[in-house]
Amino acid sequence: MKKYVFKRLIQTIPVLIGISIIVFLLVKLQPGDPFSSMMDPNLSQEMKGKMLEQLGYNDPILVQYFKWLLRALQGDLGYSIQFKQSVLSVIGSRFGNTVILSLCSMIISILIAIPCGVISATRQRTKTDYIVTIFAFMGLSIPSFFFGMLLIKVFSVDLGWLPISGMVTTGVTLSGWAFAFDIAKHMLLPMIVLALMNTASLMRYTRSDMIEILRTDYIRTARSKGVRRRSIIYQHALKNELLPLITVVTMQIPSLLSGALLTETIFVWPGIGRLNYNAVMSRDYPLIMGIVMMVAVISLVTNLLADILYAVVDKRVKFD
Amino acid sequence: MLFYLICLKGGRELKHTILRRFLKNKLAMIGFIFLTLFVLIAIFAPILTTYARDSIDLMSIESYPSLKHLLGTDELGRDVFTRLLYGGRVSLGVAVSATVLQLFIGVTLGSISGFYGRWIDNVIMRLVDTVMCFPFFVIAITIAAVIGPSVWNIILIIGLLQWTGVARIVRAEILSLKQSEFIEAARAMGLSNFEIIFNHLLPNTLSPVIVNATLSVAHGILMEAGLSFLGLGVKQPQPSWGNILSAAQSMRVLQYEWWLWIPAGLLVFLSVLSINFVGDGLRDALDPKMKI
Repeated sequence: MKKYVFKRLIQTIPVLIGISIIVFLLVKLQPGDPFSSMMDPNLSQEMKGKMLEQLGYNDPILVQYFKWLLRALQGDLGYSIQFKQSVLSVIGSRFGNTVILSLCSMIISILIAIPCGVISATRQRTKTDYIVTIFAFMGLSIPSFFFGMLLIKVFSVDLGWLPISGMVTTGVTLSGWAFAFDIAKHMLLPMIVLALMNTASLMRYTRSDMIEILRTDYIRTARSKGVRRRSIIYQHALKNELLPLITVVTMQIPSLLSGALLTETIFVWPGIGRLNYNAVMSRDYPLIMGIVMMVAVISLVTNLLADILYAVVDKRVKFD
Repeated sequence: MLFYLICLKGGRELKHTILRRFLKNKLAMIGFIFLTLFVLIAIFAPILTTYARDSIDLMSIESYPSLKHLLGTDELGRDVFTRLLYGGRVSLGVAVSATVLQLFIGVTLGSISGFYGRWIDNVIMRLVDTVMCFPFFVIAITIAAVIGPSVWNIILIIGLLQWTGVARIVRAEILSLKQSEFIEAARAMGLSNFEIIFNHLLPNTLSPVIVNATLSVAHGILMEAGLSFLGLGVKQPQPSWGNILSAAQSMRVLQYEWWLWIPAGLLVFLSVLSINFVGDGLRDALDPKMKI
């Protein structure tokens, strides 16, 4: 177990280096030089050249990479052109909003997916199973932005029940419960959209895993002992099912971050995804690269966490 | 094409079992029929409509669906129905091409990794891990911002980011097949490594690869639609289902002009749904125990 964790940790080092190389290449490939917008446009060409030289613009590529890496390791991801602030503080100001949205949609998808998956597995090849399966497929197949816009059209525009976009009602100062309620009202639709895809895939996973567990010997033993069907499913099978599901949920975090980009863009939710889209639209390259770097590292850490959790849960896992 | 590939797999007996299992699966058959329909519509687009792709009708701009314009016209007076037909060519074409690209990269790297093992395997697998760390839309819009949006660039972006799944599958299959006796026999006969991989190992990895490729086409359609919707994919005037959908970013269109975006969204939804049904049916038919 300790050996596995250690080896798995060693493995992340080359991946971390790989991530940094890809991000650095994208930084280098970006059109124009990133410093031109920071300099006084009235400077002569000669002076500009000198300043670029001082900044290390003409260093050999390997030297540039290590200089960049050293700065990145110290948390210096550059300076956002659009916001005139350091990239890290811009990201920091939006990060919480994405965490709230993702966390809530994750909870919702778990609450829906696991019971549905279990029901569909225990009633395999019945009408209930088919209906749940078809809904899962529909959830996997509908483009999230299309689903989001349908919801906006029906609930916000036509019925007028919910706000169209944003996170808080502008021009009104609320506090306490009213404030929380206002945010919840704004969050409901983006949360459903973001939860949709993960719910569908989690449901499929729960179903197939549960079917497998119900075929095992210890379930058969329990059944032959005369244990009630209900307690077999909820006490014996589900308990064994929940642990691997934790790792599946952890593994879904990267796809949640990817989905947040589209969802936040449609609903104008002020999180990392929306920030990323805006940065791309306004060609704010330092900010784009900072976000990409951070998101990739988050995915790496969650994947590592999922693997370690899995090894903790399932003692049979061996490193190959 | 698909059935031909599957039929390569085994003798006549097996062929029939697989085909029968697939035909018996109702959802898969419905999916297959819809999919064929969509492909035919895309191929025969010029025959099915009397308008040219970009022809402008100045007399009717943003007009309601009518007999003259089956699904109305857009803000430039172009026939929406026509653009959906041509858009299908782009959307399906991008998805299929990107799948071919990712199959090429994934099968090559996966088989090298699985067959040679040791440090080569280590290097390739760390590359897989690295690419998998970048959530798709985050990295895709970044690359699109650097290299610019176009049809070819989208195919490149999807292909270069999505090959990791196939590579992992092929690697795992080859790892488990490598030690079997028929490979030892092939070695004893003096076949080269390339011959062993290409003629003896790869045909045996076919079923999971086919299932994965089918689902990749579905993902490809969703990804193209997402990128084009954000304005970082296929560019106007070339139509794709995704960039037709982006009309709905305008509040007026969202509220009053349903024909500009709902049909495009439904087409994406239905085509992806049918491909997913077909993929699921193929998995059940080829190997019910397979886990993808």
